[in-house]
Amino acid sequence: MSNVLVFAELRGAEPKKVSFEMLSAAKQIAAATGGQVIAAAIGDGLSGLGAKLGAYGATKVFVANGVAKYSTEGFAHILAGLIKQENPAVVLLGATAQGKDLAPRLAAKLGVGLASDIVGFRMDGNKFVAKRPVFAGKAFTEVTFLAAPAIATVRPNVLPIGETNGAAAAEAVLAADLGGPKAQIIEIVAGVSKRLDLTEADRIVSGGRGIKDKTNFKILEELADVIGASVGASRAAVDAGYADVSMQVGQTGKTVNPTLYVACGISGAIQHLAGMRTSKVIVAINKDPEAPIFQVADYGIIGDLFEAVPLMTAEAKKLLA
Amino acid sequence: MNIVVLCKQVPDTESKIKLLGDNSNYDQEGIKWVLNVYDEYAVEEALKTREAGKAAKVTVLGLGPKRCEEALRTALAMGADDAIHVEDPALDGADAFAVAKALAGALKGVDYGVILCGKVAVDDDMGAVPQMLAELLGIAQVTVVSKVEIEGDTVKAYRDVEGGAKEIVQAKMPVLLAATKGLNEPRYASLPGIMKAKRKPLVKKTAADVGSSAAENKTKVAGWSLPAARLAGKVFKEGELADRVAQVVKLLREEAKAL
Repeated sequence: MSNVLVFAELRGAEPKKVSFEMLSAAKQIAAATGGQVIAAAIGDGLSGLGAKLGAYGATKVFVANGVAKYSTEGFAHILAGLIKQENPAVVLLGATAQGKDLAPRLAAKLGVGLASDIVGFRMDGNKFVAKRPVFAGKAFTEVTFLAAPAIATVRPNVLPIGETNGAAAAEAVLAADLGGPKAQIIEIVAGVSKRLDLTEADRIVSGGRGIKDKTNFKILEELADVIGASVGASRAAVDAGYADVSMQVGQTGKTVNPTLYVACGISGAIQHLAGMRTSKVIVAINKDPEAPIFQVADYGIIGDLFEAVPLMTAEAKKLLA
Repeated sequence: MNIVVLCKQVPDTESKIKLLGDNSNYDQEGIKWVLNVYDEYAVEEALKTREAGKAAKVTVLGLGPKRCEEALRTALAMGADDAIHVEDPALDGADAFAVAKALAGALKGVDYGVILCGKVAVDDDMGAVPQMLAELLGIAQVTVVSKVEIEGDTVKAYRDVEGGAKEIVQAKMPVLLAATKGLNEPRYASLPGIMKAKRKPLVKKTAADVGSSAAENKTKVAGWSLPAARLAGKVFKEGELADRVAQVVKLLREEAKAL
């Protein structure tokens, strides 16, 4: 009744980093509810998850093996069954493409509440209180739950990973029964980018209107290669056709949370700032000294991005060599 | 086949958000209200589908106070045929579950093959009502949709996932599709469209009609806060660009520990 269930999302057969972040959070929650951290995973060719998830605090891992493809209804069916059986007080999923699609369906199936994309939480006695951004981070709300379990999706890259030396968890088999979903994935088209998704990236190099042409993103790609970053864009750059919509950072794009955000030729419109202001360190490169981006940047360079970015690439290459 | 489009009215994304004195909500004074941008993609896709002869009628459905009529009229001016507005003070402060339940109630007796909506509303950023509604109606869902193909009663939807990859999801109607940017370029309402929209049917429904209210809430917003102000840092404007860049890279390593 007081356990905390983490849905450990996988990339292939390995847990995503956000799964470890959720287990660490779950340990703190379980300490207040007086329960255990349990985990569930669904996938194909899975092995050793008891040890992998146990290290981060899970004491029991329920594994549905032999499910090759994601299915909203199928995953909701499996997890709803497990939740009815285990009766956890809190259920955490990643605020990822999969978790965002799945969690609301699961909550509605159970007739309980959901807080999505949480960036923090506190315990009010044994009650879980979630903190989440609204208006893409222009404000935050605290959400309490009126039904059990409380379900939340957790934004990747925000909550810290705690101890990693836990004992291997016991594994239990979960029936890989999707319950006859009405929708099926018939094909997956791989993305052209081999970089981490912006929402998971630890470093991001982003281009704005100042980039002037699609082909000029090459200089940002080169810097990104050297410092191990993903490449983003402002709405202005996307609307001008310089960048793909999957690269858009901001209130109508992705909200990102990297350690380092390098904004190149981005003026810093309010809706862009909303999507990247929680980056730990912001560097701005812009010709216009009045650009609002400098009001949030930790380090600002006033200058032409076409000169400054290649210089930065060369400097970083030297430093990281 | 008829299409229903869910429409929400939200503050314009350029809005500054201020809080009320007791932090119980944001201050709605002076807010410019617009149709949620992702819902515009949904309206456009519905209209294109009708124009391609694959749908007979496009109905827009919204929930909220009196002012939400404007968002519904915007969709009607773009070309939707009629509107349903769920308006009742008993729904003030309704959470995602209570809203989904109200929308499911509003759709009782409505004939549809496809429900289109935005993937998220850019006010509360919850992104939950579409999936909850699909579950309550017992129909298939595809979220974050950037392309739709309809063949008879089969819908193929391209769902954007991490790293620019796409999952192609297929389902038989009825199906709910939650749109993302890239699906299409929404049209502007023409002047004749705006004039015509004023005479198009807009049906009102109460909380009792749709069988939901804020009493159905499963969550409660306990309070609001604003983010800590981000202090401006060091700006390097004097001297050779190469030296300034070198300085910043050095600081990123030694001071910020970000490289």
